[in-house]
Amino acid sequence: MSYYPYFVAGWLLLAGCFGIVRSRNLVHAVVSLAIAQAGTYVLLLSVGYQRKATAPVFGSTTKPNTNVVDPVVQALTLTDIVVSATVTALLLALAIQISKRHGTVDPDELSALEG
Amino acid sequence: MNRSTRYVLFFTGGALIAVLYVWGVVGMPSFGSHDHPYRDRAVHASVAHATPNVVSSVNFDQRGFDTLGEETIFFASVVGAAALLRPSKEEREQHAANRDNLLQVLASTRLLGYVLLPLTLLVGFDVVAHGHLTPGGGFQGGVVLATGLHVLYVAGRYDALDRLRPVTVFEHGEVTGALAFVGLGFAGLAVSGSFLANVIPFGTFGSFLSAGTIDLFNFAVGIEISCGVVVLLAHFFEQAIVLRGNPQARS
Repeated sequence: MSYYPYFVAGWLLLAGCFGIVRSRNLVHAVVSLAIAQAGTYVLLLSVGYQRKATAPVFGSTTKPNTNVVDPVVQALTLTDIVVSATVTALLLALAIQISKRHGTVDPDELSALEG
Repeated sequence: MNRSTRYVLFFTGGALIAVLYVWGVVGMPSFGSHDHPYRDRAVHASVAHATPNVVSSVNFDQRGFDTLGEETIFFASVVGAAALLRPSKEEREQHAANRDNLLQVLASTRLLGYVLLPLTLLVGFDVVAHGHLTPGGGFQGGVVLATGLHVLYVAGRYDALDRLRPVTVFEHGEVTGALAFVGLGFAGLAVSGSFLANVIPFGTFGSFLSAGTIDLFNFAVGIEISCGVVVLLAHFFEQAIVLRGNPQARS
């Protein structure tokens, strides 16, 4: 029984969350979030892994009856990466606006509510 | 909340999550095992539709509706980022002549850039076009295409990139790609009665004209993603290079 990759995924999630908690810069917080999301890639891909199996793309060398790893979780990981990239872009755009309006990107200095 | 309370809160919550996670993991099938029921069904369905790249088959044939949601998320986030990065009233555009941050690039870097630009675009088209046969597809190839265009920025000046990349054209391109995806979905609905159905004849397994609508979906997504990434990066570039704010507004 081997669970090591699953624990790597959980560790990445918690490490990313810890990065957000101790962040002193919004860009650092966004990157930490990306690391936490990377945990889900590792989890998904390790769920679909099979020993001595190849990539789920058939061709002249890989006949359709060979053992392949799970393509469903790979497709989910692709979705995950796209969503992660778009979220990162949106959050960075927000960080730019915050830096313009408040002159700081330190989350600790952004305590007051406005409006 | 001050820093130490936040740490206490995080470590309590984190420890709880860690315990639950470990508890969940030890009940899972061992890593690398042979039992993958979804894999068997997905591979079977993909081979039945003459698609060698099973991941593409899952994305555009078996769960096309999820992919529609995914590309809508992408579309919405590009629109959202564009709205967030609008130039404000205090900001003005800086013209190239009086910009103080012009890049000085080595001639060798520039030459490499001009060689790499067509090569990267070619690789991007290849990755999009063969998404049903080899690893790749619309999402991956679209990102390659968009970054390929930005080799020009590394190789030369922002102005050169700006001339090659009329943002409105790419905005329309993004919309076209998204609409093409939905249109293909409705074509499936009209022909077979189910949304996003694969209605084109599947062809021979492994040949370029095979796998039905999957390659068309790849092209639609490739157009949308490449244009969307270009638009997104254009707005970030504008913030970093073109706009200069009024210093008083930053207080």
